[in-house]
Amino acid sequence: MTAGEVSPLPVEPGAAVDGETAKRRGWGWLLLVPGMLYLAVFFVFPTIQLILTSLYDPSGSFEQGYTLTWHVANYGDAIKSTWHLFVRSFEYAGIATVICLLLSYPLAYAIAFKAGRWKNFLLVLVIAPFFTSFLLRTLAWRTILSDQGPVTSLLQTLHILSSDGRLLATPVAVIAGLVYNFMPFMTLPLYASLDKVDYRLVEAAGDLYASPFTGFRKIVFPLAIPGVVSGTLLTFIPACGDYINAELLGTPKQYMVGNRIQSAFLTEHNYPLAASLSLILMAVVVLMVVIYVRRVGTEELV
Amino acid sequence: MAVGVVPGPPRGASAPRRRPTRWISDHLVLMIGILVLAYMFVPIGYIIALSFNQPSGRSATAQFEAFTWNNWTSICDPEGLCQSLKLSFEVSITATIIATLLGTLMAFALVRHSFRGRAASNLVIFLPMATPEVVMGSSLLAMFVSVGMNSVLGFVTIVIAHVLFCLSFVVVTVKARLVGMDSRLEQAAMDLYANEWQTFRLVTLPLAMPGIVAAALLSFSLSFDDFIVTNFTAGQDVTFPLYIYGAKLKDFPAQLFVVGSLMFLISFVLVIGAELWRRSRARALA
Repeated sequence: MTAGEVSPLPVEPGAAVDGETAKRRGWGWLLLVPGMLYLAVFFVFPTIQLILTSLYDPSGSFEQGYTLTWHVANYGDAIKSTWHLFVRSFEYAGIATVICLLLSYPLAYAIAFKAGRWKNFLLVLVIAPFFTSFLLRTLAWRTILSDQGPVTSLLQTLHILSSDGRLLATPVAVIAGLVYNFMPFMTLPLYASLDKVDYRLVEAAGDLYASPFTGFRKIVFPLAIPGVVSGTLLTFIPACGDYINAELLGTPKQYMVGNRIQSAFLTEHNYPLAASLSLILMAVVVLMVVIYVRRVGTEELV
Repeated sequence: MAVGVVPGPPRGASAPRRRPTRWISDHLVLMIGILVLAYMFVPIGYIIALSFNQPSGRSATAQFEAFTWNNWTSICDPEGLCQSLKLSFEVSITATIIATLLGTLMAFALVRHSFRGRAASNLVIFLPMATPEVVMGSSLLAMFVSVGMNSVLGFVTIVIAHVLFCLSFVVVTVKARLVGMDSRLEQAAMDLYANEWQTFRLVTLPLAMPGIVAAALLSFSLSFDDFIVTNFTAGQDVTFPLYIYGAKLKDFPAQLFVVGSLMFLISFVLVIGAELWRRSRARALA
């Protein structure tokens, strides 16, 4: 590269250089445009479409077609007939998120601070089970938790479960499935956050006679709060809308709102109901996320 | 770890820590961590074991009955299994390429350029991640139906849907890498008379590469494993997750466990191999 080909380094005025910077600003826009167009066409537009669908006249049918009658009462009907599903979904997803956090924290902590040179290897092990299909893993759990399976017989031998007690087809199985399937979404952000904590701070706390637990409570935990926030969000959001665990590990008695949306859409073709349920779910989730993020006080969401 | 290495003089005060209780509390977290890891591998063990199962009936979800290699030598025997795998690969590769390309460009725009509407852009990018999959799938289906795309439901619509949910994850992943990058390296390149394109090609892109590769891998695995959104947008086409779901309803061929085991083993070997290669290269450079 010869100096002659480039603009002289003191980049002050000069028409060519000015033109270049102006082009760079134009480039900034251009880079964003294709992706944004994509999101506009395939995310914003369908969401608007979904809002309109939720306001269709419910007396229409898949065969005859629907007419848009601004039928807001769809929402009331949807909530009236399915509020218990919403309560159950948030209950299961909430319990699963808490258990995930309790299980993932020691794991992420061990990888970040105790694993030494095995750190990367352990991280691979965390993700490795998730290379296999999620449905196959859930079906494997179905076998493990089945009435003849090892876990049920063990719990029966220990009399934790009565001799005719079962695990499969109970809320326990559904929540266990949710916990299992969303674990990496909790572990990885937690690890990323914990890994950034400067361990010398903990050592300094130890030198100042803080017990290891105090060191953790006053230093590591507060510093890793962003990981807890993004981990809980990444676990809770998909868990709320999940219907596979409820379907494979539970019975209709454990069905969550996702099951209802799925069947309303794909089996009953009751589009207005399915759309209003979807929108209520989305609105509640976004509302919970906003309140939660405000409460915990992290600005940096993503 | 570092704690044990520090032979500081104030250790007199911490003499009681050397007791066994101290050893236990030091290693307790590691042990719990390993237990949690073991728990994560339980279903994998089951899948691998069942891949060698010779079921007496037609369905293989039952208990282990007899050992056989047959499932491993006849992967493509169940009707449609290998076609579904092929379709899944085609969908995931296409979706990964498109999502990685679009997402990387967006990440560069968001990190490197300031313009009005950035906050709004960030929101639009975040929202798909906050949308439950059922909602995303149903809204896409509602749109496809309303614009008269019922007849083309299949490869194209699956790819459209997969790009959509991969895109945000790509933007977030690449952005994280770009934000952490030292921009002085690029300034140095410019100072050494590299033009913008050379700087980008020789400095910026290699530095951003780990983030882009991570984003592509994430997209691929999200796309390959997706069931919920695909179930809404696939029409009559059958991807591998849809095949498993369909098989669950009738007889469940044991070959599915073979594919599950293979997916695990192949990606595990690849990741470990990449890590070993990285280590040996780091050693060679050192």
